[in-house]
Formats: sequence, C-alpha cells, structure tokens
Amino acid sequence: MTRYKVAVHITPRRGILDPQGKTVADALHTLGFGGVRDVHVGRHIIVELDASDRAAAERSTREMCEKLLANPVIEDFEIASVDGTSGGAA
Amino acid sequence: MKFGIVTFPGSNCDYDAYHAVIDQLGEEAVYLWHKEHDLKHCDVIVLPGGFSYGDHLRAGAIARFSPVMQDVIAFAKRGGPVIAICNGFQIACEAGLLPGALLRNASLKFVCELVQLRVESSETLFTNRYERGAVLRIPIAHGDGRYTADDDTLDKLEGEGQVVFRYVGGPGDADEWWSPNGAMRAIAGIVNDAGNVLGMMPHPERAVDALLGSADGLGIFESVLARVAA
Repeated sequence: MTRYKVAVHITPRRGILDPQGKTVADALHTLGFGGVRDVHVGRHIIVELDASDRAAAERSTREMCEKLLANPVIEDFEIASVDGTSGGAA
Repeated sequence: MKFGIVTFPGSNCDYDAYHAVIDQLGEEAVYLWHKEHDLKHCDVIVLPGGFSYGDHLRAGAIARFSPVMQDVIAFAKRGGPVIAICNGFQIACEAGLLPGALLRNASLKFVCELVQLRVESSETLFTNRYERGAVLRIPIAHGDGRYTADDDTLDKLEGEGQVVFRYVGGPGDADEWWSPNGAMRAIAGIVNDAGNVLGMMPHPERAVDALLGSADGLGIFESVLARVAA
C-alpha cells in the first residue's frame, strides 16, 4: 500500500445560480480587475488514503465523490491531482 | 397514531415537532436517535429542522448516511408517511427521497421571518385539511433554502401536482410568487412521486398555536392524521 494525496475540485454546476461567485466577481470588478468574466466558488477537498496504486486511489476517490463529496444534482467534480508519498502504511 | 421524530446531532426543532404532536394534535410521539436502527413502530416519521452534523460538506449530506436514515428510507419506500422540515427537507433531498436540492439562499443571508405560503394542492396526504389556494402564515429560518432542480424536474413536479406550497405575498403583488431565498418558481414545499414524503423549508411545527403568532401549520399534522388513522 502507498499513501496518496488526492485533490478534488467541486464546483457549482454551470447554469445554476452561484450568488457567491457573482459577489466575488463584482468585488473583483470593483478592485479594477475589469477582465474578470465569471467566478465560481466551490470546494477543494484533499483526501489522504492508502491504496495499492495510483489508479486505485483515483478510482476510490471518484467513488467518494459520487457517493458523498459532491451532489450530482447541483455540482460537478474533477480529480485535480493524485500524489503518492513515501510515508505509506505497511 | 404514533409520530417518530428523528434526532440527529445538531437537530434543534425536534422538541417543537414533539410539542406540536403531543400538545396540539393530541397524539403520541417518540424521539428516534440517529444511531438507532429502530423506528419503534411509528406511523409517521418527522425529519426535523436544525443543523445536523453542523451542515458540514452540504446541509443534510452526512445525516443522510446515519443509521436511522437507512430505516427511514426503507420506510418511505414502503409508502410510510414522512414529513421533512427545513434541514429534514435537505436531508430528504440528499437521500434521494425527493428530487432537487437546497442551495445557499440567493441573498447569501440567513432568513428568519414569518412568510405566506399558498397551498398549491389540497389533494395530498399532508394538505387535505386545507383549501387549495389558501394562504398560510408559517415561519422560515434557514440559510440554505433555495430549492433548485432542472427544468424537466420542475415541470414534472408542477404537472403532477407535487408542488405543494409556494411563497407568495412579497413586497409587490400579494398573489405573485416571491422567493425569500431565491427558490426556483418560489417553491417552498413538494411531495415525492408516490405522495408519501413531504419536504418543506418553512416550519409548520412552529405555527401550531395562535398565541405564538399562527396555528396555520397544524393542518399538516391534522391532514396526515385524518388520512393515516382512517
């Protein structure tokens, strides 16, 4: 088993009103970032887990997203990165 | 008739529901602890309001997997009546007992006020003691009450008479829809396809005594009593 650190991005599904994103975009405009077209505020989750290999770590995290970490009615998720570390459990 | 009121860590309307059933409806009620796998032969289950598991991740997302919920889901699938209020509504959506989801209020602010709800269907298990079109005064208190679903789901809910309550009486025309939380089509409450699960953001259990401002919510409990006891 190797210990992996898997990062997941969860964002509001496009087309669903995202008042937080809009508020942040408005604030950025106020600060002079005129080029900002859109902002989406979501969650960044880091899961540390032991798995036999990289693919298994990713597969397992994907299943976690489908079951709990994201709500498919309103959110999209993507696995942003999978990092193996040497501190794996025996 | 016996009501089972589920208590999760963070539930805070369980006692209000208990009071509504015991003192105002005059029926039996018991609490069901979230770690139990026993619905104690209840006839109706109430998923009360609150902030189960601190609303961590998403409101209702963790509670949905608690032990008692597996029994509540099985009970609902057998046709057992479930009244899911506020956080209970969020849990029921997360559990797939009801379509859609409840998102952060469009204002990004917690709203706590007495609102007006129009009864959109008086045919349901939970609204048969109301007249269709009646306007009820019932409080809301939530930060994540923006009902959201895709257009097909919304059209179906409307077409099948599953939209039970809608917010009305906003700052403009009294009859106009108005969402205090940005809910799509001003939806405040719905029932599932089979009609045995009611989800609503407003708190009928807090509107069961005229002395405290309104008794308009009692009709929901009376409706289910009339139908289930019959």
